[in-house]
Amino acid sequence: MIGVAIISLGALGLLFGGVLAFAAQKFAVEIDPKVQMVQEYLAGANCGACGYAGCAQFAEEVVAGNAPVTGCTPGGSAVSGKIAELMGMAAPEAEARHVAQLVCLGDCAVAKEKFTYHGVPECKAALMFGGGPSACRFGCVGQGTCVRVCPVDAITMSEKGLPIIDKDACISCGKCKNACPRQVIDLINSKTYHYVQCKSQDKGKQVREVCERGCISCGLCVKNCPADAIRMEDNLAIIDSYICTNCGTCVEVCPRNTIA
Amino acid sequence: MSFKTFKGGVHPGHFKSATEKKPVVPARPPTTVAIPMSQHIGAPCDPLVAVGDEVKMGQKIGDSKGFVSAPVHSSVSGKVVKIGMCNHALGRPVQSVFIESDGQDTWHEDVQPNPNYRDLTVDELKKIIREKGIVGMGGATFPTHVKLSPPPDTKIDYVLINAAECEPYLTADHRAMLERPEEIVIGLQLVMKAVNAPMGYIGIEDNKPDAVEVMKKAAEGISNIEVHALHTKYPQGAEKQLISVFTGREVPSGGLPSAVGCVVQNVGTCIAISDAVRFGKPLIERIVTITGSGITEPKNMLVRVGTFIEEVIEQCGGFRPNIKKMVLGGPMMGLAQPGPDNLPVIKGTSGILCLTDVEVNLYEISPCIRCAKCVDVCPVSIMPLFIGASVEQGLYEKAEAYNAMDCIECGCCTYICPAKRPLVQWIRMAKGDIAAKRRK
Repeated sequence: MIGVAIISLGALGLLFGGVLAFAAQKFAVEIDPKVQMVQEYLAGANCGACGYAGCAQFAEEVVAGNAPVTGCTPGGSAVSGKIAELMGMAAPEAEARHVAQLVCLGDCAVAKEKFTYHGVPECKAALMFGGGPSACRFGCVGQGTCVRVCPVDAITMSEKGLPIIDKDACISCGKCKNACPRQVIDLINSKTYHYVQCKSQDKGKQVREVCERGCISCGLCVKNCPADAIRMEDNLAIIDSYICTNCGTCVEVCPRNTIA
Repeated sequence: MSFKTFKGGVHPGHFKSATEKKPVVPARPPTTVAIPMSQHIGAPCDPLVAVGDEVKMGQKIGDSKGFVSAPVHSSVSGKVVKIGMCNHALGRPVQSVFIESDGQDTWHEDVQPNPNYRDLTVDELKKIIREKGIVGMGGATFPTHVKLSPPPDTKIDYVLINAAECEPYLTADHRAMLERPEEIVIGLQLVMKAVNAPMGYIGIEDNKPDAVEVMKKAAEGISNIEVHALHTKYPQGAEKQLISVFTGREVPSGGLPSAVGCVVQNVGTCIAISDAVRFGKPLIERIVTITGSGITEPKNMLVRVGTFIEEVIEQCGGFRPNIKKMVLGGPMMGLAQPGPDNLPVIKGTSGILCLTDVEVNLYEISPCIRCAKCVDVCPVSIMPLFIGASVEQGLYEKAEAYNAMDCIECGCCTYICPAKRPLVQWIRMAKGDIAAKRRK
């Protein structure tokens, strides 16, 4: 009896094996080996910073010529150089690394709160409720949406209610920047030293009422900047990082210590 | 009379004893009012007056061209002092007209009684209801004239009056029934005429036996109006649940009550309709229950729209020192507020709930234990646990696939959740996002 079973199962196995072998030949999908290689070069965080669904799709698009070789920000110039070489292009100029930087100083010690919020711990939910607990209309809401979206856990929440960003761990994917409903996270050129840590477009008097560290648009930094890199826009000082010479004058003159 | 009841629901404590025996007292006429241009669901109004204008009580001061909208009227006579932003119960500042009262309360000439109101045609009725700014007074403030204009080929079989007042603490509707039963019946008759409905029902939860009795007496001898006591269960007064209780019909997902031949109105709205049609009075005042252990003297008050809540609180003896939270509306669906400052009473303010640390408990959110209690109590048969989990991870599309949009935001899931998960709050977040996406 056992012989029949062995023969019949063996025959079935051969039959299906044959079918599979045929299908593998007949319906084989040709993949450009470059896609595989590009994917190996990539950082592999699947963060989506390139604008595609993940590393695999980005690799396909790069090889197809639809995406720039510099698209992978977490990989930086090392990865873009390798991809460019593979694609037979000149290696792109090494761009400065951009890292996420919180541009608000309004923790619970310096910024006033309108009320205590006890709802869903999500910035968007807090804003649905009376415009959020912070008295400043432009400041950090402090519910930690950025902490949760960071794919590499580079953001933690301080006890005072402001996110702390680990710049070495940051892969510049920009997810926190996009998730922040108040847009108080910027991607800042890591070589630039000076930036204004405030986003308030309120007039000086209103800023003084709600925050001890916010920009009061006094204009001292604009007047004193030797390189004319600072301008005042919507009651807020803005430093042009391409002109800034990192002299540090603005940091010294700022009466509110808003510039770092 | 035993009635079928709806599926799901919860039994929160009633907490109505503080105010249910207290007659409605008129609030002190306000010296300054702030009348928001948006007190309803739909397009906000544009102001029809300018700073410096003299206005009279009942004068239309804001209107919109949108169909889903309702005009707003001045609740005092006096002078417009400012048009600007004012805090609003919904949580964001809204354009408002600030009027300083001259203390005379002179009615505007548009406010004329209509002794032959029974002879009005359907179109005239609807026009009056729109012009007088009538909106649903249960709290959702949906413009009433829109509800009374179902698609042309639908036949309305029933008008249901929600007198359940299933929210704990609130007694505004209860007092209205005890004190103005005839007007409710007249309001119901007018609604029935407007939608050409043969039958009207008034549903009252059986924890208000005195109201049931009074309403039965008021409707005596009227063959097409019946008053029924309903099982006391939250959310008995929700539109879709009331329809299911009375008719056994189920409103389809995304549909309106008119799709199953029903129109549902609140008792407060009936009184407002009766006032508007018979006396020409626009909706400029409403009954508000001020209650909770955080208020010195709980009361039911007749408050003008636009009165600052600070003033109302002051007339109730002020807050007790251990006040922790102020909610506009009931505890289940009401909206917590940052504070009473600069916040006017609007058409939908059914209650001002002042809660102390005795009533407000703060819990840590813990992981879902999959007990499915939220599924059991959900009156619209969705699965709040999965929607909540999706929203927590930011997966709004998944939440939409779990029918988040069918949620009526009654709050039963959050109330029952043993893991203290803010389910309805998450669903509300998702609904806002999904609605914004659908508009695009």
